[in-house]
Amino acid sequence: MKDISISVKKKDHEIKTSGRAIYVADMKFEGMFYAKVIRSTIAKGKIKEISLPNIPDNYYIIDAKDIPGKNALKIVESEQPIFSEGNIEYMGEAIMMIVGPDKRKIEELSEKIKITYEEEEPVFTIEEAYEKLVSYHYEKGDYKKAFQNADEILEETFITGYQEQAYIEPQGVIGIYENNKITIYGSMQCPYYVKEAVMLTMGMDDKHVQVIQNVTGGGFGGKEDYPSMIGCQVAVAAKKVKRPVALILDRKEDMLVTPKRHPARLKYRVALNNKKEITAIEADIRTNAGAYLGLSGVVLQRALIAAIGVYKIENLYVSGAAMKTNTVPNGAYRGFGAPQTFFAIEMLMNHIGEKLGLNPLEFKKKYIAKKGDTTATNGKYHYHVPLDEMIDKAEKISGYSKKYKKYSKPQTGRYRRGIGMSLFLHGCGFTGSAERDYIKSIAKLVKNEDDTVEIFVSNTDMGQGLHTTFSKIVANTLGIPLEKVYINNPDTDKVPNSGPTVASRSIMIVGKLLERAAKKMKEQWKPHEPLTIIEHYKHIDLIPWDIEKFQGDAYPAYSYGLNVVEVEVDMLLATTKLLGVWGIFDVGKAIDKNIIMGQLQGGMLQGIGYASMEKMENKNGQIYQANMTDYMIPTAKDTIPFNIELIDNPYEGGPFGAKGAGELPLVGVAPAYVAAVENAINKNITEIPLTPEKLMEKL
Amino acid sequence: MIEFILNGNLVSTNSDATTRLLDVLRNEFNLTGTKEGCGEGECGACSVLIDGDLVTSCITAIGSIKGKTVVTIEGFRETEQYKVLEKAFAKAGAVQCGFCTPGMILAAHALLSKKSRPTYEDIREAISGNLCRCTGYNMIVDAIMIASKEGKGLW
Repeated sequence: MKDISISVKKKDHEIKTSGRAIYVADMKFEGMFYAKVIRSTIAKGKIKEISLPNIPDNYYIIDAKDIPGKNALKIVESEQPIFSEGNIEYMGEAIMMIVGPDKRKIEELSEKIKITYEEEEPVFTIEEAYEKLVSYHYEKGDYKKAFQNADEILEETFITGYQEQAYIEPQGVIGIYENNKITIYGSMQCPYYVKEAVMLTMGMDDKHVQVIQNVTGGGFGGKEDYPSMIGCQVAVAAKKVKRPVALILDRKEDMLVTPKRHPARLKYRVALNNKKEITAIEADIRTNAGAYLGLSGVVLQRALIAAIGVYKIENLYVSGAAMKTNTVPNGAYRGFGAPQTFFAIEMLMNHIGEKLGLNPLEFKKKYIAKKGDTTATNGKYHYHVPLDEMIDKAEKISGYSKKYKKYSKPQTGRYRRGIGMSLFLHGCGFTGSAERDYIKSIAKLVKNEDDTVEIFVSNTDMGQGLHTTFSKIVANTLGIPLEKVYINNPDTDKVPNSGPTVASRSIMIVGKLLERAAKKMKEQWKPHEPLTIIEHYKHIDLIPWDIEKFQGDAYPAYSYGLNVVEVEVDMLLATTKLLGVWGIFDVGKAIDKNIIMGQLQGGMLQGIGYASMEKMENKNGQIYQANMTDYMIPTAKDTIPFNIELIDNPYEGGPFGAKGAGELPLVGVAPAYVAAVENAINKNITEIPLTPEKLMEKL
Repeated sequence: MIEFILNGNLVSTNSDATTRLLDVLRNEFNLTGTKEGCGEGECGACSVLIDGDLVTSCITAIGSIKGKTVVTIEGFRETEQYKVLEKAFAKAGAVQCGFCTPGMILAAHALLSKKSRPTYEDIREAISGNLCRCTGYNMIVDAIMIASKEGKGLW
C-alpha cells in the first residue's frame, strides 16, 4: 500500500470544477416559495406596534405565534428566540418572515411593514458591558505569593477585532413539510445540530425531522450554529404554508446577522523575579459575546485554556467573561477563541524578551513546555512536543534569528524591514470530556455485494476535503482501491450521529472510528457478501477534565505550529509588503498532502487578513462593513508563495497517526505578522487588525 | 426580446432589460454553475465570458448583452482547454469548497487566451477579481501555471 499522504484527485473535484455541484441556492422544488426575514432596526427595546400592509393571496406572514414547539434556538442553551415576541436585544434580530412566490413582491411588501419601538439604552462594547453571560476562572500554583515576591511587575492589554468568516457561498436553507415530516436542505457544518434545533422548535420527534446537507461553499465555523436558526425559521414557514420555503441570505444580510469571531480585550500581568524570569502570569480575557450566549461560553473556554500559549509557567490566575452587548451574537470562527489569546501571549512574550534586550525567540525557548510538563489547567503534555525541532527547521529555512538581529539595528529611509516568529498549538477535538459525555460519535461502514464500501457519518465536507480523506482512511485500511469507497453528503435519515464538523475533530475522532470500523470489516471480509460495521467512540482516559474547577486535560492531543513572517514597511504610506511567510506544522500525519497544504495555506492567509486588513466595526449596534467592498479579504495580489513544511509526529489516537489540522494554521499568524512590523518600525503594537490607518498612527 | 449566443446557441429572453444576466442564466436557462457570492461585482463567483472577456454577471444587465456571445462554465466544460485546466486544478489541489471554482476556471481561460505563457504576476493580476477564502490562492496560481505549460497550442 502506498503512503497515505500521497495526494489523490479529490472525490468531489470534477463536480465542483465543472459547475455540476448542487449548492442549496441551486435547488428548485415544485411550487417553492421564497422567504425574507423582517429584522429589528433598533439595538434594544420593545416592539410597540407592527403595522402590516394588505397581504395578497399566496403571501404569508410567519412569526412567533406560528411556532408549534418552543420559540428557542437550541445551541448550548436555548436562550435565543427564533422570532422575537416583543423584546429586542440586537439590531437585525428576527421579528417575522414574509413568504411567497415572487421575490420582488416580497421586497415590495417588506418595505411597507412599519414597526415602532420603545427604545431602551443599549450597550455595544466590552467597556460599556456590565452583564457576564458566562465567566470562568482557574489558578495554578501560588500566584499571589509570586506577585508579592516579584522584583518587577509588567502589565499589558491587547485588543483584537471582529473577523468575518466570509465563506464565498452565503448561508441558505430550504424547508419542506410533507406527511407530517420536515426536511431541511442547506449549507451547513452540523446536520444533527440543525435537526435537534428543528425538533425543539417544531415540537416534533426524531422520526419527523430530516436534515440533508448540500454541497457547502465554505464554513470556517460560520455555518456551525446559524444554519440551525434559519433551518428553524423555514421549518415553521414550510409547515404553515404547506410548500417548500427557501431562505437564501444575500451577502449584506449574511454579514449583518450571522455570528463572527469575538472581539476581545486581554489584560495580562506578569511577575518577574530578580533574575528577570517569569514567576507568575495573571490574565483576564473579556470577549464581546453579542446579545445572546450562543457558542460564546465554549469559545471563551478555548481562549482561557490557551492563556499561556505553548509555555510552562508555574503560577497562574486566569479569568474570563463573555460580555453581553446589544450587538449581533458572535460565535465560531476557525480557531474558536485561540487566535485572540495567541496574539496576546505571543506579543507579550516578545515584548518582555525585547525589554530584557533579548531576541524574543531566545527568551521564549526557556519556557517552552516539554513532554511530561503540566498544562495551564494542570493537565499534562502526554506526547512529544516537537517545538524545538520546529524552531531549528524554521531557522534554517527562514534565517529568522540572523534577520531579526540585522533588522533590529537602527533603520533609516522610507522602506524598513522586519521579521517576526510565533509558536502555537491547538487542542484537537472538543474541550474536556464532551466527546464522551455529549457527542458519543457513531460511524457506520457498509459493504455491498459488489464489494464497494459506503461511509455513513454526519460530518460534512465544506471544502476541507473530508470526503476524500475519510475515503482514503477506509480504502487504505481495507487495502482496496479508492474508487471502491463511496461517501455522500449526510442525510440524517441515513447517517448515524458522528458529531458536528467543528473543533479540528473530524479526522482525529471520526477518522479513527472509520479506521477501526475498516479494520473490523477487513477481518470479517467475505467477497460478494454484504456487511455492516458500526463503531462507537471510545474515550482515551487522561486526567479527567472538571469544568467547574477548570482543571485537567482540556484536550487529548495538540497539534503544533510555528510561523515566521517577514515584511517591508513603507514608512511614508504606512503600507506593508510581505517578503516571506513560513509555516512549520505538526499535524501528526498528513492524510493527503495536497489537502493538508490547502488547509495550511488557506488558514494562514485568513490569519494574515485577521492581522492586517480585515476590519469590521460595530457602530451604534450595526455592522458597519457589511459587504465585500468595505470588508476586504485578501486577494491573489495580497499574498505571496508560502514556504510550508510538515513535521512527522504521528499520534497513536488518530487514524494513521493524524491529528487536527483545520484550525491550527489560523491561530498563530497574527502575532508573527505584527512582530515583523514591530521589528521594522521599532515600536510596540498591541492591537489587531493593524490596518494602514492604525499603522499610520504609530509612525 | 433580447437575443444572444449562449454557449454556442442562439437564445432569447423576454426578461426586462435591467434583469441581471446572472438571474437570467440561473433562473431561465438553469445554468447554476454561475454562482452568486456577493451581488455587487466584488467576488467573481458569477464570472462568465462575454465576447471572450471575463465579466461579473451579477452587475451586468441582460439588455447590455444583446447580440453578444456568452460562455458559462457549462459551455466551457465541453472544451479541450477546460480539460487541461481541470487536470491542472486537480494536480495542484486548487479546489476546496468549489464555490469560486467555475469563476476561477473562466478567469484562467480569459488570461491564457490573451497570454498563453503568463508570469506568476500576470496570473495573480488576472484572478485578483475572483475571491477565494479556502485556498489562499497559491495553489490556484500554481494550477494555472501548470495549465499554461500543459496546454501547448490550445491557447
